[in-house]
Amino acid sequence: MSVPLLSIKNLHIQFATYAGDVHAVNGMNFDIHSGEMFGLVGESGCGKTVTGLSIMHAVPPPGVIVEGQIFFQGKNILDKSETEMQKVRGGSIGMIFQDPTASLNPVFTVGYQISIQISQHRNVNKQRAKQLALNMFSQVGLPDPESLYNTYPHELSGGMQQRVMIAMGLASGAELLIADEPTTALDVTIQAQILALLSQLRKSEGLTILLITHDLGVVAETCDRVAVTYNGEIVETGPVDEVLYQTKHPYTQGLIAALPDSVEQGQVLQVIKGNVPDGLKFVTGCPFHPRCFAVMDICREQRPIHVHMKNKNHTVSCHLYEEAP
Amino acid sequence: MNNSIVPIRSQGPLLVTKNLTKVFSSRSGWLNRQERHVRALDGINLTINEQETLGIVGESGCGKTTLGRVIMWLTEPTSGQIIFKGQDTATADKPTLKSLYQETQMVFQNPYISFDPRFTILQCIAEPLKTHTNLRGEKLNRRVRELLEQVGMSGAIIHRYSHEFSGGQLQRIAIARALATNPKFIVLDEPTSALDVSVQAQILNLLMDLQRDLKLTYLFISHNLSTVQHISNRVVVMYLGKIVEQNTSEALFDSRGQHPYTQALISAIPTVVKEYRREHIILEGTVPDAANPPTGCNFHPRCPIAQDICSEKEPMLRDISGDRKIACHFVVN
Repeated sequence: MSVPLLSIKNLHIQFATYAGDVHAVNGMNFDIHSGEMFGLVGESGCGKTVTGLSIMHAVPPPGVIVEGQIFFQGKNILDKSETEMQKVRGGSIGMIFQDPTASLNPVFTVGYQISIQISQHRNVNKQRAKQLALNMFSQVGLPDPESLYNTYPHELSGGMQQRVMIAMGLASGAELLIADEPTTALDVTIQAQILALLSQLRKSEGLTILLITHDLGVVAETCDRVAVTYNGEIVETGPVDEVLYQTKHPYTQGLIAALPDSVEQGQVLQVIKGNVPDGLKFVTGCPFHPRCFAVMDICREQRPIHVHMKNKNHTVSCHLYEEAP
Repeated sequence: MNNSIVPIRSQGPLLVTKNLTKVFSSRSGWLNRQERHVRALDGINLTINEQETLGIVGESGCGKTTLGRVIMWLTEPTSGQIIFKGQDTATADKPTLKSLYQETQMVFQNPYISFDPRFTILQCIAEPLKTHTNLRGEKLNRRVRELLEQVGMSGAIIHRYSHEFSGGQLQRIAIARALATNPKFIVLDEPTSALDVSVQAQILNLLMDLQRDLKLTYLFISHNLSTVQHISNRVVVMYLGKIVEQNTSEALFDSRGQHPYTQALISAIPTVVKEYRREHIILEGTVPDAANPPTGCNFHPRCPIAQDICSEKEPMLRDISGDRKIACHFVVN
């Protein structure tokens, strides 16, 4: 197999707080290949957003990457200096966030913001930058780019703002787009528009997308491969069809069973007992064991390793499958 | 275990709204005065029967939260009637209103901001009890502990503060607070939207158990169609302050005789379950400005089947088949 576009190896991120070190990411490992849409899914506090930010060197303080490597196009980005990173951010890697209203600067027109971004990364004059910006606007399906260029973010709806963000993320020829909950703040009908746009850009531009989300439905309908995250590490990963429909890990099974769609109307939903851990207390053994329905003695003591399923690409980190061939 | 929601049909209406309208007005400009009138609710007629769950779905700005707040009299309606147990709440005298307030309660979307951070859990839950009952002292504390146990929390937490709990735990406490006055009717405004999936399931199960045990009536407001469909007997779909479709929740997903907006809304929900997956109907554009709604049918600028009549004449909510009511010129039985 070819060299992955992005490869995260044994990533550990900690936040030093007064209450103690919060272990947000505990040994995250995954690869994303060129042209694929990879879903990173998990509940709040599982470390999915911080992982996305770490790729951009943007982990907010007091967060520190204590261990691990992030390879992008074969080079470790964590070795890059701040000046080099400025070329990467918005250059070869674009990123969009959950709340587009908060991501755009309210005092500048959207046109100004995108052309500044373009002139940062490309050696072009003002006219050319504007031309490129207008092209980007029409590429992401924004109507009437010319007049949109001079509007302020508050004049646009949430869906249009998110399109502007996507345009900015891709304006300088990004190969990887990190989309952190890109549709969570949007209505379902607008969510459908944005997801359709991402899939279309993927086909037309050969874009690679890392989709960070809590919504298994979104992953099921848009992604090729998915990694399910719990307590800062990946518990199950593989092609979407295998992870979601031949689910192995008790946590993934629990997540799917907890969806109202999974049972008949009005029937009792299956729940995962307890709450998402806060990352402060170190759980010995498997991090999921206090909430697991299939917990065994070994789970309390020993950390599970990643086991390959029949399909080599489908791995599960659970003691239930360790003897399996 | 089988505690599927019991469809209650024989019971009479508990709450009826007649032509309920709420207009929010704002002024701007000094020399060049401009007034904007947003019709958040535009002639809403609803009947909520005893012991049923009526679901309200719609996108942001469709008026679903305003509807919940107006029914609770947290926001005063501009016109129209809210009739609770046969009594018009606008003309009721003070003692009657107090007992009405006791029988209607609300649970809000964000549990983190619906508690006073300086109150202990005891104070939060005791507040409605002090207003509406004569319980004091140890009896009051005992009742608070009972309420907490009823929602699956330990009674020992009464001296702790709200910041010590997670979202799911707080939502349980909020439900305990709503139950404190023995209400008949609870407005649930997006009670699970701020919660993770695994916790959302716990809260939905709890709400269904409580409804069965305490014979409660719910108005369940959410933007999440699958959650609403799961818990409700009947569902109302709103668009720009108006009801576009009303149906039983089993029949809501039946695409025959469905409002084009409901159709698009349902098709747009991403789902893990393959059988529920539909060809996405991607609607053009966004919800129009409520201060400046389109002529005729509110939905016509985005509607895939719109014709000339849709921009001229407003469709009325009419019976289609069985329990289905639809406001569309073209949907027939």
